[in-house]
Amino acid sequence: MSSLGRFFASRWGPIITGIAVGVLAPILVKLGNPGNMGICVACFSRDIAGGLGLHRAAAVQYIRPEIIGFVLGSLVAALLFREFRPRTGSAPLARFLLGIFAMIGALVFLGCPWRAYLRLGGGDWNAIPGILGLFGGIALGVVFLRMGYSLGRNRSAPAALGWLMPALMVALLLLLVFAPQFGRDANGKPVGPIFFSTTGTGSQHAPILIALAVGLLIGFLAQRSRFCTVGGVRDLILARDPHLFGGIVAVVVAAFITNLLLGQFKPGFAGQPVAHTDFLWNFGGMVLARLAFTLAGGCPGRQLMMSGEGDGDAAIFALGMIVGAGFAHNFNTAASPAGPGPYRAAAVIVGLAFCIVLGLTMREPASA
Amino acid sequence: MSDIITVDARGLSCPEPVIRTRQALKAGVFPIRVFVDTGTSRDNVSRMAQSQGCKVTVEEKGDGFVLTLTK
Repeated sequence: MSSLGRFFASRWGPIITGIAVGVLAPILVKLGNPGNMGICVACFSRDIAGGLGLHRAAAVQYIRPEIIGFVLGSLVAALLFREFRPRTGSAPLARFLLGIFAMIGALVFLGCPWRAYLRLGGGDWNAIPGILGLFGGIALGVVFLRMGYSLGRNRSAPAALGWLMPALMVALLLLLVFAPQFGRDANGKPVGPIFFSTTGTGSQHAPILIALAVGLLIGFLAQRSRFCTVGGVRDLILARDPHLFGGIVAVVVAAFITNLLLGQFKPGFAGQPVAHTDFLWNFGGMVLARLAFTLAGGCPGRQLMMSGEGDGDAAIFALGMIVGAGFAHNFNTAASPAGPGPYRAAAVIVGLAFCIVLGLTMREPASA
Repeated sequence: MSDIITVDARGLSCPEPVIRTRQALKAGVFPIRVFVDTGTSRDNVSRMAQSQGCKVTVEEKGDGFVLTLTK
């Protein structure tokens, strides 16, 4: 392994990646991204769903270049370091549904694990019940893993399969840049999709090139270092291994310092941007999301990075998240700053039941 | 001739390669050969085995790696 490879494989890899996330997310806020967020794989996947018209919540419609950058940055890293390995075949339907329920859970809390840690670093104490839920969800996932839960093995696939997700991301980028209007109103005039929010969170975005560049850099670093916010806690519980946990600590500390320097550190519960104060559902939403991420093998950022390496199963999880965002808003389970959505209880209960059934029943098939 | 304990962790999601190797380590019979097919699994299993006091050698084999764990 080259010395650069050894560096990224050491404990410094996740730490450097965490520092990059913790510094760049608040900077993206300064440049226009939503406050108290900066980067959020769940919220940004939801915004992409909105941009494409999979839901019609007008405040959250924008094809986020950061998500595109994560996949393509990871692809570049994988190609440069010969880790691009097209593969698929590990219970894709289960992974797709896990992606849907992970997103439903994340949108009850209003954030993915990356955002939970970034919110903590910005002083949003509503992230605390979310982070407690995160520990609970992962701990439950570890119970299933110890019982023998497995979605089975993937297999090598033809190169073309590994290129599908990067190609989809390039297509998304073209849709963002050229903004075709596929819809038609009653008079035949072109309207969205592609949608762009004019007010609300979806209208808050850094310039496209900067957002894309940040996504590419983080995608590259995260692929090299295997940065994973689920693995960070999971490996502590499973094996007392703090290797990935260092990345999580780095995110929080770097975000805290950067927010302080930028005047963006605002401690408290009330009035936090794009957040609500409902303790129970901040906790419950994250239990579901984290359990689903653990059962799928990694946090949503990690799934995007693996999809850039050619992993079709990770790609289908990521696509499940986008579809899940559509359901979450159409079915009124998603939260808003006013509070959790009216159907959040049903959504979280159904999601947890699905994950528990999967956890108890999915095993590697015995060889013939 | 004794059989070498083998763990086939190819194609498995995180953290199954580490879990299966830990289970093999608990039996205490060495050497143990672990087959993985990603750099991530190679690094994770190596790190875990080293933390348990094992010496780890890694060979590239085909599309993946064979890790040999000895005490």
